[in-house]
Amino acid sequence: MTEAAHQQTPLTGNIRADRGYVGLEDYRRSGGYIGLERALKAMEPGEVQQAVKDSRLRGRGGAGFPTGMKWGFMPLDQAGPNYLVVNADEMEPGTFKDRLLMEGDPHQLVEGVAIAAYAVQASTAYIFVRDAYRLAAERLRQAIAEARGAGWLGDDVLSSSYRLEVHVHSSAGRYICGEETALLNALEGRRPLPRAKPPYPQQAGLWGRPTVVNNVETICNVPHIVRNGADWFRGLSYTEDAGSKIYGASGQVARPGAWELPMGTTLRELLEVHAGGMREGYRFRGVLPGGASTPFLVAEHLDLPMDFDHVGQAGSRLGTGALVVVDDRTSLMGLLRNLEHFFAQESCGWCTPCRDGLPWVEQLLADLEAGRGRAGDIAILQEHCDRLGPGNTFCAHAPGAVGPLESALQRFPEAFEQGVAG
Amino acid sequence: MGEPETPLSEAETAAIRADLDHYEDAQAAAVEALKIVQQARGWVDDERLRAVAGLLGLPAAELEGVATFYNLIFRRPVGRHVILVCDSVSCYIRGFDTVYQALQARLGIAPGQTTADGRFTLLPMCCLGHCDHAPAMTIDGEHHGDLTPEGLEAILQRYD
Repeated sequence: MTEAAHQQTPLTGNIRADRGYVGLEDYRRSGGYIGLERALKAMEPGEVQQAVKDSRLRGRGGAGFPTGMKWGFMPLDQAGPNYLVVNADEMEPGTFKDRLLMEGDPHQLVEGVAIAAYAVQASTAYIFVRDAYRLAAERLRQAIAEARGAGWLGDDVLSSSYRLEVHVHSSAGRYICGEETALLNALEGRRPLPRAKPPYPQQAGLWGRPTVVNNVETICNVPHIVRNGADWFRGLSYTEDAGSKIYGASGQVARPGAWELPMGTTLRELLEVHAGGMREGYRFRGVLPGGASTPFLVAEHLDLPMDFDHVGQAGSRLGTGALVVVDDRTSLMGLLRNLEHFFAQESCGWCTPCRDGLPWVEQLLADLEAGRGRAGDIAILQEHCDRLGPGNTFCAHAPGAVGPLESALQRFPEAFEQGVAG
Repeated sequence: MGEPETPLSEAETAAIRADLDHYEDAQAAAVEALKIVQQARGWVDDERLRAVAGLLGLPAAELEGVATFYNLIFRRPVGRHVILVCDSVSCYIRGFDTVYQALQARLGIAPGQTTADGRFTLLPMCCLGHCDHAPAMTIDGEHHGDLTPEGLEAILQRYD
Protein backbone atom coordinates (compact mmCIF):
# COMPACT_ATOMS: atom_id res chain seq x y z
CA MET A 1 0.00 0.00 0.00
CA THR A 2 1.34 3.43 -0.94
CA GLU A 3 1.88 6.12 1.67
CA ALA A 4 -0.85 8.26 0.08
CA ALA A 5 -3.36 5.43 0.20
CA HIS A 6 -2.35 4.67 3.76
CA GLN A 7 -3.08 8.26 4.66
CA GLN A 8 -6.62 7.96 3.30
CA THR A 9 -7.35 4.70 5.08
CA PRO A 10 -5.42 5.05 8.33
CA LEU A 11 -7.50 2.51 10.24
CA THR A 12 -7.20 -0.37 7.80
CA GLY A 13 -3.92 0.45 6.04
CA ASN A 14 -1.99 -2.24 7.90
CA ILE A 15 -4.57 -4.99 7.67
CA ARG A 16 -3.31 -7.89 5.60
CA ALA A 17 -5.41 -9.44 2.87
CA ASP A 18 -5.07 -12.84 4.58
CA ARG A 19 -6.00 -11.25 7.93
CA GLY A 20 -2.79 -12.59 9.43
CA TYR A 21 -1.34 -11.21 12.66
CA VAL A 22 0.44 -7.85 12.31
CA GLY A 23 3.11 -7.84 14.99
CA LEU A 24 5.04 -5.08 16.68
CA GLU A 25 7.78 -4.81 14.04
CA ASP A 26 5.33 -4.48 11.15
CA TYR A 27 3.24 -2.02 13.11
CA ARG A 28 6.31 0.06 13.92
CA ARG A 29 7.31 0.13 10.24
CA SER A 30 4.04 1.86 9.38
CA GLY A 31 4.70 4.58 11.93
CA GLY A 32 3.18 2.78 14.87
CA TYR A 33 3.75 4.12 18.40
CA ILE A 34 4.99 7.46 17.03
CA GLY A 35 1.74 8.98 18.27
CA LEU A 36 2.21 7.55 21.75
CA GLU A 37 5.80 8.76 21.88
CA ARG A 38 4.72 12.26 20.85
CA ALA A 39 1.89 12.33 23.36
CA LEU A 40 4.07 11.22 26.26
CA LYS A 41 7.15 13.27 25.47
CA ALA A 42 5.71 16.46 24.03
CA MET A 43 2.11 16.83 25.17
CA GLU A 44 0.25 17.34 28.42
CA PRO A 45 -2.87 15.18 28.88
CA GLY A 46 -5.01 18.26 28.29
CA GLU A 47 -3.24 18.89 24.99
CA VAL A 48 -4.03 15.36 23.80
CA GLN A 49 -7.66 15.96 24.76
CA GLN A 50 -7.61 19.24 22.86
CA ALA A 51 -6.19 17.59 19.74
CA VAL A 52 -9.03 15.06 19.82
CA LYS A 53 -11.59 17.83 20.43
CA ASP A 54 -10.16 19.78 17.49
CA SER A 55 -10.33 16.69 15.30
CA ARG A 56 -14.11 16.52 15.89
CA LEU A 57 -13.89 12.74 16.31
CA ARG A 58 -17.29 11.34 17.33
CA GLY A 59 -17.88 8.00 19.05
CA ARG A 60 -18.01 5.10 16.61
CA GLY A 61 -19.98 2.75 18.85
CA GLY A 62 -23.20 4.22 17.50
CA ALA A 63 -24.14 7.24 19.58
CA GLY A 64 -21.72 9.67 17.92
CA PHE A 65 -20.91 11.60 21.08
CA PRO A 66 -17.84 13.88 20.63
CA THR A 67 -14.91 11.88 22.03
CA GLY A 68 -12.85 14.84 23.22
CA MET A 69 -15.82 16.22 25.13
CA LYS A 70 -16.41 12.82 26.71
CA TRP A 71 -12.83 12.80 27.92
CA GLY A 72 -13.16 16.38 29.13
CA PHE A 73 -15.54 15.30 31.88
CA MET A 74 -12.81 13.17 33.48
CA PRO A 75 -11.25 14.74 36.59
CA LEU A 76 -7.45 14.75 36.18
CA ASP A 77 -6.49 16.02 39.62
CA GLN A 78 -8.07 13.56 42.05
CA ALA A 79 -6.22 11.04 44.12
CA GLY A 80 -6.91 7.44 43.19
CA PRO A 81 -7.25 5.64 39.93
CA ASN A 82 -9.04 6.67 36.76
CA TYR A 83 -10.04 3.96 34.33
CA LEU A 84 -10.30 3.62 30.58
CA VAL A 85 -12.57 0.90 29.23
CA VAL A 86 -12.70 -0.11 25.59
CA ASN A 87 -16.05 -1.46 24.51
CA ALA A 88 -15.18 -4.39 22.25
CA ASP A 89 -18.46 -6.17 22.92
CA GLU A 90 -19.51 -5.72 19.31
CA MET A 91 -22.85 -7.47 19.12
CA GLU A 92 -25.09 -5.08 17.18
CA PRO A 93 -26.57 -7.40 14.56
CA GLY A 94 -25.06 -6.72 11.16
CA THR A 95 -21.85 -5.23 12.57
CA PHE A 96 -18.36 -6.66 12.16
CA LYS A 97 -16.04 -3.65 11.96
CA ASP A 98 -14.39 -3.87 15.39
CA ARG A 99 -13.62 -7.52 14.80
CA LEU A 100 -11.77 -6.49 11.63
CA LEU A 101 -9.77 -3.85 13.53
CA MET A 102 -8.85 -6.08 16.47
CA GLU A 103 -7.92 -9.14 14.45
CA GLY A 104 -6.30 -7.20 11.63
CA ASP A 105 -4.21 -4.64 13.51
CA PRO A 106 -4.30 -5.18 17.28
CA HIS A 107 -1.35 -2.88 18.01
CA GLN A 108 -3.30 0.04 16.60
CA LEU A 109 -5.88 -0.46 19.33
CA VAL A 110 -3.21 -0.97 21.98
CA GLU A 111 -1.48 2.29 20.99
CA GLY A 112 -4.82 4.09 20.94
CA VAL A 113 -5.60 2.75 24.40
CA ALA A 114 -2.26 3.98 25.72
CA ILE A 115 -2.72 7.49 24.31
CA ALA A 116 -6.35 7.75 25.40
CA ALA A 117 -5.49 6.44 28.86
CA TYR A 118 -2.74 9.05 29.16
CA ALA A 119 -5.17 11.78 28.05
CA VAL A 120 -7.59 10.89 30.86
CA GLN A 121 -4.81 9.88 33.28
CA ALA A 122 -5.97 6.31 33.64
CA SER A 123 -3.48 3.88 35.12
CA THR A 124 -5.46 0.78 34.15
CA ALA A 125 -7.37 0.07 30.97
CA TYR A 126 -9.67 -2.84 30.21
CA ILE A 127 -10.59 -4.07 26.76
CA PHE A 128 -13.98 -5.76 27.14
CA VAL A 129 -14.20 -8.39 24.39
CA ARG A 130 -17.19 -10.57 23.61
CA ASP A 131 -16.72 -14.33 23.85
CA ALA A 132 -17.28 -14.92 20.13
CA TYR A 133 -14.21 -12.82 19.31
CA ARG A 134 -11.67 -15.28 20.64
CA LEU A 135 -9.11 -14.67 17.89
CA ALA A 136 -9.35 -10.93 18.53
CA ALA A 137 -8.83 -11.45 22.27
CA GLU A 138 -5.87 -13.74 21.64
CA ARG A 139 -4.21 -11.26 19.28
CA LEU A 140 -4.81 -8.36 21.65
CA ARG A 141 -3.18 -10.29 24.47
CA GLN A 142 -0.22 -11.01 22.19
CA ALA A 143 0.04 -7.36 21.15
CA ILE A 144 -0.21 -6.17 24.76
CA ALA A 145 2.60 -8.54 25.76
CA GLU A 146 4.77 -7.32 22.89
CA ALA A 147 4.08 -3.69 23.68
CA ARG A 148 4.81 -4.23 27.35
CA GLY A 149 8.06 -6.00 26.51
CA ALA A 150 9.12 -3.06 24.36
CA GLY A 151 8.32 -0.50 27.06
CA TRP A 152 5.20 0.96 25.44
CA LEU A 153 3.11 -0.19 28.40
CA GLY A 154 3.93 -0.97 32.02
CA ASP A 155 5.43 0.80 35.00
CA ASP A 156 7.36 3.60 33.38
CA VAL A 157 6.27 4.02 29.79
CA LEU A 158 9.15 5.42 27.72
CA SER A 159 10.78 6.59 30.97
CA SER A 160 8.03 9.20 31.30
CA SER A 161 6.95 8.01 34.76
CA TYR A 162 3.52 7.35 33.25
CA ARG A 163 2.25 3.93 34.30
CA LEU A 164 -0.35 1.89 32.44
CA GLU A 165 -1.56 -1.68 32.63
CA VAL A 166 -3.92 -2.98 29.95
CA HIS A 167 -6.03 -6.09 30.48
CA VAL A 168 -8.29 -8.02 28.15
CA HIS A 169 -11.58 -8.98 29.82
CA SER A 170 -13.29 -11.80 27.99
CA SER A 171 -17.08 -11.82 28.40
CA ALA A 172 -19.68 -14.57 28.06
CA GLY A 173 -22.49 -13.35 25.81
CA ARG A 174 -25.48 -11.00 26.19
CA TYR A 175 -25.93 -7.94 23.98
CA ILE A 176 -26.77 -5.70 26.94
CA CYS A 177 -23.11 -5.84 28.05
CA GLY A 178 -22.39 -3.38 25.23
CA GLU A 179 -24.46 -0.70 26.98
CA GLU A 180 -21.77 1.34 28.70
CA THR A 181 -23.11 1.25 32.25
CA ALA A 182 -24.14 -2.40 31.97
CA LEU A 183 -20.62 -3.04 30.75
CA LEU A 184 -19.24 -1.50 33.95
CA ASN A 185 -21.39 -3.85 36.03
CA ALA A 186 -20.23 -6.74 33.86
CA LEU A 187 -16.60 -5.79 34.42
CA GLU A 188 -17.19 -5.66 38.16
CA GLY A 189 -18.52 -9.22 38.03
CA ARG A 190 -22.13 -8.24 38.74
CA ARG A 191 -25.22 -8.98 36.71
CA PRO A 192 -24.84 -6.64 33.73
CA LEU A 193 -27.88 -4.45 34.29
CA PRO A 194 -27.61 -0.84 33.08
CA ARG A 195 -27.12 1.81 35.77
CA ALA A 196 -29.17 4.98 36.11
CA LYS A 197 -27.45 8.11 34.77
CA PRO A 198 -26.45 10.45 36.35
CA PRO A 199 -23.97 9.84 37.75
CA TYR A 200 -22.16 9.39 34.44
CA PRO A 201 -19.20 7.01 34.28
CA GLN A 202 -16.76 9.91 34.18
CA GLN A 203 -18.01 10.88 37.64
CA ALA A 204 -18.62 7.43 39.12
CA GLY A 205 -17.81 4.50 36.87
CA LEU A 206 -15.85 1.34 37.52
CA TRP A 207 -15.78 0.75 41.31
CA GLY A 208 -17.14 4.28 41.66
CA ARG A 209 -14.02 5.78 40.09
CA PRO A 210 -13.89 8.17 37.11
CA THR A 211 -14.13 6.03 34.01
CA VAL A 212 -14.39 6.67 30.31
CA VAL A 213 -15.83 4.05 27.96
CA ASN A 214 -14.97 4.23 24.25
CA ASN A 215 -15.64 2.00 21.27
CA VAL A 216 -12.81 0.14 19.49
CA GLU A 217 -13.01 2.11 16.24
CA THR A 218 -13.08 5.40 18.17
CA ILE A 219 -9.87 4.53 19.99
CA CYS A 220 -8.17 3.26 16.83
CA ASN A 221 -8.48 6.78 15.37
CA VAL A 222 -6.56 8.37 18.22
CA PRO A 223 -2.96 7.47 17.27
CA HIS A 224 -3.51 8.87 13.79
CA ILE A 225 -4.99 12.12 15.10
CA VAL A 226 -2.03 12.65 17.43
CA ARG A 227 0.45 11.75 14.70
CA ASN A 228 -1.08 13.60 11.74
CA GLY A 229 -3.08 16.38 13.37
CA ALA A 230 -6.68 17.47 13.67
CA ASP A 231 -6.74 19.27 10.30
CA TRP A 232 -5.62 16.15 8.49
CA PHE A 233 -8.28 14.11 10.29
CA ARG A 234 -11.09 16.50 9.42
CA GLY A 235 -9.86 16.49 5.82
CA LEU A 236 -10.45 12.73 5.53
CA SER A 237 -14.20 13.32 5.48
CA TYR A 238 -16.54 14.51 2.74
CA THR A 239 -18.65 16.40 5.29
CA GLU A 240 -18.43 18.36 8.53
CA ASP A 241 -18.41 15.06 10.43
CA ALA A 242 -14.71 14.28 10.59
CA GLY A 243 -12.54 11.31 9.74
CA SER A 244 -12.84 8.09 7.85
CA LYS A 245 -15.46 5.51 8.73
CA ILE A 246 -15.57 1.75 8.47
CA TYR A 247 -18.83 1.01 6.73
CA GLY A 248 -20.13 -2.46 6.16
CA ALA A 249 -22.90 -4.13 4.21
CA SER A 250 -24.66 -7.45 4.62
CA GLY A 251 -27.81 -9.00 3.21
CA GLN A 252 -28.57 -9.85 -0.42
CA VAL A 253 -25.87 -7.62 -1.91
CA ALA A 254 -23.36 -8.87 -4.47
CA ARG A 255 -20.26 -8.26 -2.35
CA PRO A 256 -20.92 -8.07 1.39
CA GLY A 257 -17.97 -6.61 3.27
CA ALA A 258 -16.48 -3.76 5.26
CA TRP A 259 -14.63 -0.77 3.81
CA GLU A 260 -12.86 2.24 5.26
CA LEU A 261 -14.12 5.28 3.36
CA PRO A 262 -14.47 9.01 3.89
CA MET A 263 -17.14 9.85 6.45
CA GLY A 264 -20.15 11.12 4.51
CA THR A 265 -19.87 8.62 1.65
CA THR A 266 -23.35 8.35 0.17
CA LEU A 267 -25.60 5.39 0.68
CA ARG A 268 -25.71 4.96 -3.09
CA GLU A 269 -21.93 4.69 -3.39
CA LEU A 270 -21.81 2.19 -0.53
CA LEU A 271 -24.48 0.02 -2.08
CA GLU A 272 -23.67 0.28 -5.76
CA VAL A 273 -19.89 0.64 -5.85
CA HIS A 274 -18.57 -1.08 -2.73
CA ALA A 275 -21.25 -3.70 -2.12
CA GLY A 276 -21.59 -4.26 -5.87
CA GLY A 277 -25.34 -3.69 -5.97
CA MET A 278 -28.00 -6.24 -5.19
CA ARG A 279 -27.55 -9.93 -5.91
CA GLU A 280 -29.08 -11.13 -9.14
CA GLY A 281 -32.84 -11.46 -8.77
CA TYR A 282 -33.14 -9.19 -5.71
CA ARG A 283 -34.31 -5.60 -5.56
CA PHE A 284 -33.52 -2.98 -2.92
CA ARG A 285 -36.35 -2.31 -0.52
CA GLY A 286 -34.68 -0.47 2.34
CA VAL A 287 -31.74 -0.54 4.70
CA LEU A 288 -31.04 -0.46 8.41
CA PRO A 289 -28.10 1.93 8.12
CA GLY A 290 -26.21 1.19 11.31
CA GLY A 291 -27.20 -2.18 12.67
CA ALA A 292 -30.38 -3.76 13.98
CA SER A 293 -31.43 -0.86 16.22
CA THR A 294 -31.47 1.85 13.54
CA PRO A 295 -34.66 2.96 11.70
CA PHE A 296 -35.11 2.19 8.01
CA LEU A 297 -33.81 4.34 5.21
CA VAL A 298 -35.39 3.79 1.78
CA ALA A 299 -34.77 4.60 -1.89
CA GLU A 300 -35.40 8.32 -1.43
CA HIS A 301 -32.34 8.41 0.85
CA LEU A 302 -29.85 6.90 -1.58
CA ASP A 303 -27.97 10.17 -2.06
CA LEU A 304 -27.75 10.85 1.66
CA PRO A 305 -24.21 11.39 2.97
CA MET A 306 -23.78 8.73 5.61
CA ASP A 307 -22.65 10.70 8.64
CA PHE A 308 -24.15 11.20 12.08
CA ASP A 309 -25.95 14.47 11.34
CA HIS A 310 -27.31 13.66 7.88
CA VAL A 311 -28.64 10.25 8.87
CA GLY A 312 -30.09 11.76 12.04
CA GLN A 313 -31.88 14.44 10.05
CA ALA A 314 -33.36 11.71 7.84
CA GLY A 315 -34.97 10.17 10.94
CA SER A 316 -32.55 7.33 11.49
CA ARG A 317 -29.10 6.91 13.06
CA LEU A 318 -25.68 6.22 11.59
CA GLY A 319 -25.21 3.72 14.40
CA THR A 320 -22.27 1.48 13.67
CA GLY A 321 -22.31 2.21 9.93
CA ALA A 322 -23.14 -1.42 9.24
CA LEU A 323 -25.77 -1.50 6.51
CA VAL A 324 -28.27 -4.32 6.79
CA VAL A 325 -29.70 -4.31 3.29
CA VAL A 326 -33.29 -5.48 3.00
CA ASP A 327 -34.49 -6.85 -0.33
CA ASP A 328 -37.93 -7.34 -1.88
CA ARG A 329 -37.97 -11.11 -1.40
CA THR A 330 -37.43 -11.12 2.35
CA SER A 331 -40.66 -11.10 4.35
CA LEU A 332 -40.78 -7.76 6.11
CA MET A 333 -42.89 -9.16 8.95
CA GLY A 334 -40.46 -12.06 9.26
CA LEU A 335 -37.51 -9.70 9.35
CA LEU A 336 -39.11 -7.52 12.01
CA ARG A 337 -40.08 -10.60 14.01
CA ASN A 338 -36.47 -11.71 13.83
CA LEU A 339 -35.25 -8.30 15.03
CA GLU A 340 -37.74 -8.12 17.90
CA HIS A 341 -36.98 -11.71 18.90
CA PHE A 342 -33.39 -10.62 19.28
CA PHE A 343 -34.27 -7.55 21.36
CA ALA A 344 -36.77 -9.45 23.51
CA GLN A 345 -34.26 -12.19 24.20
CA GLU A 346 -31.44 -9.76 24.96
CA SER A 347 -33.44 -7.46 27.23
CA CYS A 348 -31.87 -7.61 30.69
CA GLY A 349 -35.38 -7.67 32.18
CA TRP A 350 -34.96 -4.73 34.53
CA CYS A 351 -37.53 -2.30 33.07
CA THR A 352 -41.10 -3.44 32.57
CA PRO A 353 -41.82 -1.82 29.17
CA CYS A 354 -38.79 -3.57 27.68
CA ARG A 355 -39.12 -6.91 29.47
CA ASP A 356 -42.86 -7.34 28.92
CA GLY A 357 -43.40 -5.20 25.84
CA LEU A 358 -40.89 -6.77 23.49
CA PRO A 359 -42.14 -10.38 23.72
CA TRP A 360 -45.65 -9.08 22.97
CA VAL A 361 -44.32 -7.16 19.96
CA GLU A 362 -42.57 -10.31 18.76
CA GLN A 363 -45.78 -12.33 19.09
CA LEU A 364 -47.86 -9.75 17.21
CA LEU A 365 -45.32 -9.72 14.39
CA ALA A 366 -45.30 -13.51 14.26
CA ASP A 367 -49.09 -13.41 13.88
CA LEU A 368 -48.88 -10.81 11.10
CA GLU A 369 -46.17 -12.85 9.39
CA ALA A 370 -48.45 -15.89 9.44
CA GLY A 371 -51.42 -13.85 8.13
CA ARG A 372 -53.42 -14.31 11.32
CA GLY A 373 -53.13 -10.77 12.72
CA ARG A 374 -56.12 -9.14 14.39
CA ALA A 375 -57.63 -5.77 13.47
CA GLY A 376 -56.17 -3.97 16.47
CA ASP A 377 -52.64 -5.41 16.24
CA ILE A 378 -51.15 -2.57 14.24
CA ALA A 379 -52.40 -0.02 16.76
CA ILE A 380 -50.91 -2.09 19.59
CA LEU A 381 -47.56 -2.15 17.78
CA GLN A 382 -47.71 1.63 17.39
CA GLU A 383 -48.52 2.00 21.07
CA HIS A 384 -45.43 -0.05 21.94
CA CYS A 385 -43.31 2.24 19.78
CA ASP A 386 -44.49 5.13 21.95
CA ARG A 387 -44.23 3.40 25.31
CA LEU A 388 -40.83 1.85 24.67
CA GLY A 389 -39.46 5.12 23.34
CA PRO A 390 -36.78 7.28 24.97
CA GLY A 391 -37.26 8.21 28.62
CA ASN A 392 -39.35 5.25 29.72
CA THR A 393 -36.52 2.85 30.52
CA PHE A 394 -33.06 2.96 32.11
CA CYS A 395 -31.13 2.48 28.88
CA ALA A 396 -31.45 2.71 25.10
CA HIS A 397 -32.25 -0.96 24.54
CA ALA A 398 -36.03 -0.49 24.26
CA PRO A 399 -35.88 2.68 22.13
CA GLY A 400 -33.38 0.92 19.86
CA ALA A 401 -35.65 -2.10 19.63
CA VAL A 402 -38.66 -0.14 18.41
CA GLY A 403 -36.73 2.18 16.06
CA PRO A 404 -36.84 -0.15 13.05
CA LEU A 405 -40.43 -1.16 13.86
CA GLU A 406 -41.74 2.39 14.06
CA SER A 407 -40.02 3.37 10.82
CA ALA A 408 -41.42 0.26 9.11
CA LEU A 409 -44.92 1.19 10.25
CA GLN A 410 -44.42 4.55 8.57
CA ARG A 411 -42.62 3.40 5.44
CA PHE A 412 -44.31 0.07 4.72
CA PRO A 413 -47.86 0.20 6.21
CA GLU A 414 -49.21 -2.16 3.56
CA ALA A 415 -46.88 -4.93 4.72
CA PHE A 416 -48.55 -4.87 8.13
CA GLU A 417 -52.06 -4.60 6.74
CA GLN A 418 -51.49 -7.67 4.58
CA GLY A 419 -50.88 -9.71 7.70
CA VAL A 420 -54.28 -9.04 9.22
CA ALA A 421 -56.61 -12.03 8.77
CA GLY A 422 -59.82 -11.55 6.98
CA MET B 1 -14.88 -35.89 44.60
CA GLY B 2 -11.22 -36.96 44.60
CA GLU B 3 -10.02 -33.68 46.09
CA PRO B 4 -10.78 -33.31 49.77
CA GLU B 5 -10.07 -29.56 50.12
CA THR B 6 -11.64 -28.03 47.03
CA PRO B 7 -13.30 -29.42 43.93
CA LEU B 8 -11.16 -27.12 41.79
CA SER B 9 -7.90 -28.37 40.32
CA GLU B 10 -4.62 -26.68 41.18
CA ALA B 11 -4.40 -25.34 37.65
CA GLU B 12 -7.88 -23.85 37.84
CA THR B 13 -7.19 -22.26 41.20
CA ALA B 14 -3.89 -20.83 39.97
CA ALA B 15 -5.49 -19.40 36.81
CA ILE B 16 -8.28 -17.80 38.82
CA ARG B 17 -5.82 -16.32 41.32
CA ALA B 18 -3.75 -14.87 38.46
CA ASP B 19 -6.84 -13.14 37.06
CA LEU B 20 -7.62 -11.60 40.44
CA ASP B 21 -4.53 -9.40 40.06
CA HIS B 22 -6.19 -7.54 37.19
CA TYR B 23 -8.89 -6.00 39.34
CA GLU B 24 -9.48 -3.85 42.43
CA ASP B 25 -12.12 -6.24 43.64
CA ALA B 26 -12.26 -10.04 43.57
CA GLN B 27 -15.83 -10.16 42.27
CA ALA B 28 -14.60 -8.74 38.95
CA ALA B 29 -12.91 -12.07 38.26
CA ALA B 30 -16.24 -13.89 38.49
CA VAL B 31 -16.89 -14.40 34.79
CA GLU B 32 -13.30 -15.27 33.98
CA ALA B 33 -13.23 -17.73 36.89
CA LEU B 34 -16.39 -19.44 35.65
CA LYS B 35 -14.90 -19.58 32.16
CA ILE B 36 -11.71 -21.14 33.50
CA VAL B 37 -13.75 -23.91 35.13
CA GLN B 38 -15.84 -24.30 31.99
CA GLN B 39 -12.75 -24.47 29.80
CA ALA B 40 -11.48 -27.39 31.85
CA ARG B 41 -14.76 -29.27 32.31
CA GLY B 42 -17.16 -28.05 29.63
CA TRP B 43 -19.64 -26.68 32.13
CA VAL B 44 -19.94 -25.40 35.70
CA ASP B 45 -21.63 -27.70 38.20
CA ASP B 46 -23.03 -26.65 41.59
CA GLU B 47 -20.05 -27.89 43.52
CA ARG B 48 -17.54 -25.91 41.43
CA LEU B 49 -19.77 -22.86 41.46
CA ARG B 50 -19.72 -22.91 45.26
CA ALA B 51 -15.96 -23.41 45.23
CA VAL B 52 -15.40 -20.45 42.91
CA ALA B 53 -17.68 -18.32 45.08
CA GLY B 54 -15.61 -19.32 48.09
CA LEU B 55 -12.39 -18.43 46.32
CA LEU B 56 -13.73 -15.00 45.36
CA GLY B 57 -15.35 -14.38 48.74
CA LEU B 58 -18.86 -14.16 47.29
CA PRO B 59 -22.12 -15.71 48.41
CA ALA B 60 -22.84 -18.64 46.09
CA ALA B 61 -26.25 -17.14 45.27
CA GLU B 62 -24.59 -13.94 44.07
CA LEU B 63 -22.29 -15.86 41.74
CA GLU B 64 -25.20 -17.98 40.54
CA GLY B 65 -27.05 -14.78 39.67
CA VAL B 66 -24.11 -13.72 37.53
CA ALA B 67 -23.56 -17.14 35.98
CA THR B 68 -27.15 -17.57 34.91
CA PHE B 69 -27.35 -14.12 33.32
CA TYR B 70 -24.81 -15.14 30.70
CA ASN B 71 -25.93 -17.48 27.95
CA LEU B 72 -22.37 -18.74 27.43
CA ILE B 73 -21.79 -19.87 31.00
CA PHE B 74 -23.17 -23.40 30.94
CA ARG B 75 -24.82 -24.61 34.12
CA ARG B 76 -25.73 -27.91 32.49
CA PRO B 77 -23.46 -30.44 30.76
CA VAL B 78 -22.70 -29.81 27.11
CA GLY B 79 -21.09 -31.91 24.40
CA ARG B 80 -17.40 -31.93 23.53
CA HIS B 81 -18.08 -29.27 20.89
CA VAL B 82 -20.54 -26.42 21.15
CA ILE B 83 -22.13 -25.15 17.95
CA LEU B 84 -23.56 -21.63 18.06
CA VAL B 85 -25.74 -20.85 15.05
CA CYS B 86 -26.30 -17.17 14.34
CA ASP B 87 -30.03 -16.39 14.14
CA SER B 88 -29.77 -12.60 13.82
CA VAL B 89 -30.93 -10.37 11.03
CA SER B 90 -28.21 -10.65 8.38
CA CYS B 91 -28.20 -14.43 8.66
CA TYR B 92 -32.01 -14.39 8.59
CA ILE B 93 -31.95 -12.50 5.28
CA ARG B 94 -29.43 -14.99 3.93
CA GLY B 95 -31.59 -17.95 4.85
CA PHE B 96 -29.93 -19.33 7.98
CA ASP B 97 -33.03 -21.34 8.79
CA THR B 98 -32.41 -23.85 5.99
CA VAL B 99 -28.94 -24.50 7.36
CA TYR B 100 -30.24 -24.64 10.93
CA GLN B 101 -32.88 -27.22 10.01
CA ALA B 102 -30.32 -29.29 8.12
CA LEU B 103 -27.98 -29.20 11.09
CA GLN B 104 -30.72 -30.35 13.45
CA ALA B 105 -31.64 -33.18 11.08
CA ARG B 106 -28.01 -34.24 10.65
CA LEU B 107 -27.32 -34.23 14.39
CA GLY B 108 -30.73 -35.63 15.32
CA ILE B 109 -31.23 -33.02 18.03
CA ALA B 110 -33.21 -29.84 18.62
CA PRO B 111 -31.60 -26.56 19.69
CA GLY B 112 -30.49 -26.78 23.31
CA GLN B 113 -29.80 -30.51 23.11
CA THR B 114 -26.66 -32.63 22.98
CA THR B 115 -26.10 -35.59 20.67
CA ALA B 116 -26.34 -39.00 22.33
CA ASP B 117 -22.63 -39.62 21.78
CA GLY B 118 -21.81 -36.41 23.62
CA ARG B 119 -20.08 -34.95 20.61
CA PHE B 120 -22.11 -31.82 19.82
CA THR B 121 -24.37 -29.36 21.61
CA LEU B 122 -26.44 -27.08 19.37
CA LEU B 123 -27.45 -23.58 20.47
CA PRO B 124 -28.83 -20.46 18.80
CA MET B 125 -26.75 -17.32 19.19
CA CYS B 126 -27.18 -13.68 18.32
CA CYS B 127 -24.99 -12.01 15.71
CA LEU B 128 -21.48 -13.51 15.57
CA GLY B 129 -19.93 -10.62 13.63
CA HIS B 130 -19.47 -12.71 10.50
CA CYS B 131 -22.27 -10.98 8.56
CA ASP B 132 -20.30 -10.63 5.33
CA HIS B 133 -20.22 -14.43 5.29
CA ALA B 134 -23.81 -15.07 6.40
CA PRO B 135 -25.19 -17.53 7.25
CA ALA B 136 -22.63 -18.18 9.95
CA MET B 137 -21.91 -20.26 13.03
CA THR B 138 -19.08 -20.92 15.43
CA ILE B 139 -17.89 -24.27 16.69
CA ASP B 140 -15.79 -23.99 19.86
CA GLY B 141 -15.28 -20.33 19.02
CA GLU B 142 -14.10 -20.85 15.45
CA HIS B 143 -16.10 -18.98 12.82
CA HIS B 144 -17.59 -20.79 9.84
CA GLY B 145 -19.40 -18.78 7.18
CA ASP B 146 -21.17 -18.93 3.82
CA LEU B 147 -22.87 -22.05 5.17
CA THR B 148 -24.92 -24.34 2.98
CA PRO B 149 -26.73 -27.54 4.00
CA GLU B 150 -24.42 -29.49 1.66
CA GLY B 151 -21.27 -28.01 3.19
CA LEU B 152 -22.07 -28.87 6.80
CA GLU B 153 -20.71 -32.40 6.85
CA ALA B 154 -17.19 -31.37 5.89
CA ILE B 155 -17.13 -28.82 8.72
CA LEU B 156 -18.53 -31.20 11.34
CA GLN B 157 -15.93 -33.83 10.49
CA ARG B 158 -13.20 -31.55 11.78
CA TYR B 159 -14.59 -31.91 15.30
CA ASP B 160 -14.23 -35.33 16.91
